[in-house]
Amino acid sequence: MSEPTGPTLLDPVQMGRPVGRLDGRRKVLGVAPYAVEHEAEGAAQAAMVASTVPRGRVRSIDATAARALPGVLAVLDHTNAPRVADGEDREFAPLQDDTVWFRRQPVALVVAESSEVAREAAALVAVEYDEEPAEVGLRPDSPRLYTPEKLSDGSESDTSAGDVEAALAAATHVVDETYATPYEHNNPMEPHATIATWHGEDAGLGDGPVLTLVDSTQGVHAVRSSLAPVLGIEPERLEVVAPYVGGGFGSKGAPHVNVVLAALAAKALAPRPVRLTVTRQQMFALVGYRTATIQHFRLGADADGRLTAISHDVLEQSAAIKEFVEQTGSPTRSMYAAPNRRTTHRVARLDVAIPFWMRAPGEMPGMFAHEVAMDELAHRCGLDPIELRVRNEPDVDPETGHPFGRRRLLECLRRGAERFGWEEGPRAPLSRREGDWLVGTGVASSTYPANAMPGNEATVTFEHGCYAVGIGAADIGTGSWTSLTQVTADALGVGLEQIRLGIGDTRYPSASVAGGSSGLSSWGIAITAAARAFREQHGDRPSEGASATAGMPDNPDLQEYALNSYGAHFAKVRVHADTGQIRVPRMLGVFSVGRAVNPTTLRSQFLGGMVMGLSAALFEESVRDPRFGHVVTQDLASYHVAANADVADLDAIWLDDDVETHLNPMGSRGAGEIGIVGSPAAIVNAVFDATGVRVRDLPVTADKLLAGLLPQRERDHVLGDASA
Amino acid sequence: MRPFVYERATDVADALDRAGDGAVFLAGGTNLVDHLRLGVRSAERLVDITRIGLDEVEELPGGGLRVGALVRNSDLAAHPALRRGFPVVAQALLAGASGQLRNMATTGGNLLQRTRCVYFQDVTMPCTKRDPGSGCSALEGYAAGNAIFETSPRCMAVHPSDLCVALVALDAVVRTTGPAGDREIPMTELYRRAEDGPETDTHLVPGELITHVDLPPLAPGTRSAYRKVRERASYAFALVSVAAALDVVDGRVRDARLGFGGVCHRPFRARRAEEALVGGPADAAAFAAAIDAELAHARPGRDNAAKVPILRNTALAVLAGLADEGARS
Repeated sequence: MSEPTGPTLLDPVQMGRPVGRLDGRRKVLGVAPYAVEHEAEGAAQAAMVASTVPRGRVRSIDATAARALPGVLAVLDHTNAPRVADGEDREFAPLQDDTVWFRRQPVALVVAESSEVAREAAALVAVEYDEEPAEVGLRPDSPRLYTPEKLSDGSESDTSAGDVEAALAAATHVVDETYATPYEHNNPMEPHATIATWHGEDAGLGDGPVLTLVDSTQGVHAVRSSLAPVLGIEPERLEVVAPYVGGGFGSKGAPHVNVVLAALAAKALAPRPVRLTVTRQQMFALVGYRTATIQHFRLGADADGRLTAISHDVLEQSAAIKEFVEQTGSPTRSMYAAPNRRTTHRVARLDVAIPFWMRAPGEMPGMFAHEVAMDELAHRCGLDPIELRVRNEPDVDPETGHPFGRRRLLECLRRGAERFGWEEGPRAPLSRREGDWLVGTGVASSTYPANAMPGNEATVTFEHGCYAVGIGAADIGTGSWTSLTQVTADALGVGLEQIRLGIGDTRYPSASVAGGSSGLSSWGIAITAAARAFREQHGDRPSEGASATAGMPDNPDLQEYALNSYGAHFAKVRVHADTGQIRVPRMLGVFSVGRAVNPTTLRSQFLGGMVMGLSAALFEESVRDPRFGHVVTQDLASYHVAANADVADLDAIWLDDDVETHLNPMGSRGAGEIGIVGSPAAIVNAVFDATGVRVRDLPVTADKLLAGLLPQRERDHVLGDASA
Repeated sequence: MRPFVYERATDVADALDRAGDGAVFLAGGTNLVDHLRLGVRSAERLVDITRIGLDEVEELPGGGLRVGALVRNSDLAAHPALRRGFPVVAQALLAGASGQLRNMATTGGNLLQRTRCVYFQDVTMPCTKRDPGSGCSALEGYAAGNAIFETSPRCMAVHPSDLCVALVALDAVVRTTGPAGDREIPMTELYRRAEDGPETDTHLVPGELITHVDLPPLAPGTRSAYRKVRERASYAFALVSVAAALDVVDGRVRDARLGFGGVCHRPFRARRAEEALVGGPADAAAFAAAIDAELAHARPGRDNAAKVPILRNTALAVLAGLADEGARS
């Protein structure tokens, strides 16, 4: 076997500088258009009609009143909507038959002159159903539980090594607990929206776009490749445009039913453009969410706290209409060393909306359970939680046996302990109090795989003294416009001012989605390859119009090394002894993610992930109606995300001299998700330290803490003289 | 959203003239406009009353305050006379909504805001408050926010206001004008119990306009405070809240006012606790006995039982704090 030859690293000149967002001025001026804001001469407006039963068939649809409303142009339902060419993926086959798979599935679409008329008309469409019994709750005894073929990251559902049961039976210390995480919704600030224009087969001498979708998406080419077959269009004749995107957190990582509906409506009204905006309430039904999980976690350790067994059994749910299997147990397979290991996943496909990616799918809920279980084990072993992790640091990837590229978890923990002022030693819960507030601190590890997605290509063209670089990448608020310009400048060996970047459009070469913390890695590999090809072909003094295009070179290191990012989260919490209210005055994250291509936008990703982790720890929960399975907390007043007042001293740093040598020419590893992984566990561990109450189901709320806090407070009220 | 006519009233008389025929008064609009968008309610005409005056705070002889119905929440919270004499009201105002919403929301509008019950706001679900006779979806559904006092299977919703809890505790008086002339309604009698019919929140009649809210003076030396419990630190409705005013003389309670929020179909006045407190010692045991006397009448359900201990602890802490403050001055 020859020595792996990884990527040749770029010399960082522009990379590493805190370059301000190049699109910042346009954003501030309000001239960077989001999907719905694009010009669309004479666009009609569409509004969806949602089913009100969780399972059954549409018996009849009466749109008489809706059609009678002035301004209504069309009412589409399964009897009259344009047909899709390929309806195998049922998410992409709306209005094709009378089946209702979940409550709030679109069963009709109104198109009108204005959005107000469209919404009013949608409310007037009368739908009758033949309802069937539905199952909408995730229960450990659900008859629908099955073993999935694969998890959504492509890995096996179940893994096993050694003899977990024997090891647990022989262990000195055992943690055997069940952890739970709730349904959560991504809720980017910009709701999903599409402007669809159907030009027809004859457009542009027969080779122009048949359909143009201005869409809010994390990947224009993902929309194209998903929907071209559905709509029966040659992929290159489906044009997708998304220059600016107001967040996605995974929910825009693939198109959802709303995009198909916009396309069908545009076909019905061609050539008139149709604008379809998903309302905040509809986002709780149609654009994905994080499944709830029930996780049975068992750890066995010897007297010194060395793990002998790690066992992680996951129950979660998917949708009857379409399978999506969260990879909740995946991170457990590579996190800590233990000779006996097992992970399993069982899934119930319920009569509910379709779950999908939400920031760190799998890693976030899975590492919550793992890192709280580790804290419980540290407590049982009488060890400092950091020391427990030190004792269980693996030499090689426990799952594959591959060497780690560079695993700097312990450095993150130690650096963080120093900066945070972590008091070494076993935790002593209920030992600190400030007035009516119980105070505690917690720690948790974090990890996220270093991903580079295949299928990227970039082009470099010399025009008017500048280098025009094109790739169908996305900037979903992460700063890709800026960081990719820095990468390109270093790849070509020129300054930022000589780069003209083009992204967010299928007229540029193919790009993978902004997801899995892989965007900058994947796109940067292709851009660097194109820049190197350009220099090879055209030298340093190119002539006007010189151009080169390249894809991604083979990288044998990906088969040889386990490449992951690592981090350590520290949190301080205050719990009110009277009310159980929790406040988080301090959070610190220390990360190893390879080179910081842009420290400003990198830090922003860490902080955003940590705030989302805080939010998941204390607030976020999509409450499902127990009868109908739809989310009842369907707006931002009832689905709580952290407000400014909840975020206090928040700090994120990263290790010095951190360069990833195996993944890409930039030396980076991706940072979009690691901030949310482990941060909820750090907070929950801190709550235990403050109160002695161990909450194992997120979010941690006052009612879950009170049972543990009350006896103590009762003593205070009886014994203390409050009026003195 | 159905098209509507927007009209702007020039003064109180003009506003009353424009009432009727499907007209709805529009003040800050922070609740009404949402409901129009969601289809929770509709209007043929919106009569904007924000330019009819009624936007001043007047100090009454004897230490009371007369607050115009269109005084913005943020302006009222910042008013020196209110902050001096009625800290419980200022604190309640500042505990509500967000800075932006308080800049829009008015005093009268706050009194008329509707429940935030998730089923009330979802027109695809039955809700008797929105659609009379259709039933209460919260009975068998998401029930964590449900009422624990004066509960009725007809409607489990709670009143969302912070301000009203303080006003109920202080025996504020609502002054109105309307087709049948002017009248004064004590805050404690403005609201209907769920059992009386949840379709309508108040005893106001169609076309009746709130003009002022009068705050009667508190006895000198009375301490007051508002405490709101919520999981998110801002921009969240109360899990529970407590408005309290306590007048302690020589270690004994001379007067006590207690209002509870987030626990009842209307802003709740804890009269049983008040009766137990007045005349008794201002100490922890007496406070606990008084609060427990009130809580004995709480009827929590399966999902909202935590409201009882949280309310108990909060009320005890507020009373202890007021007694302590009084003793130190």
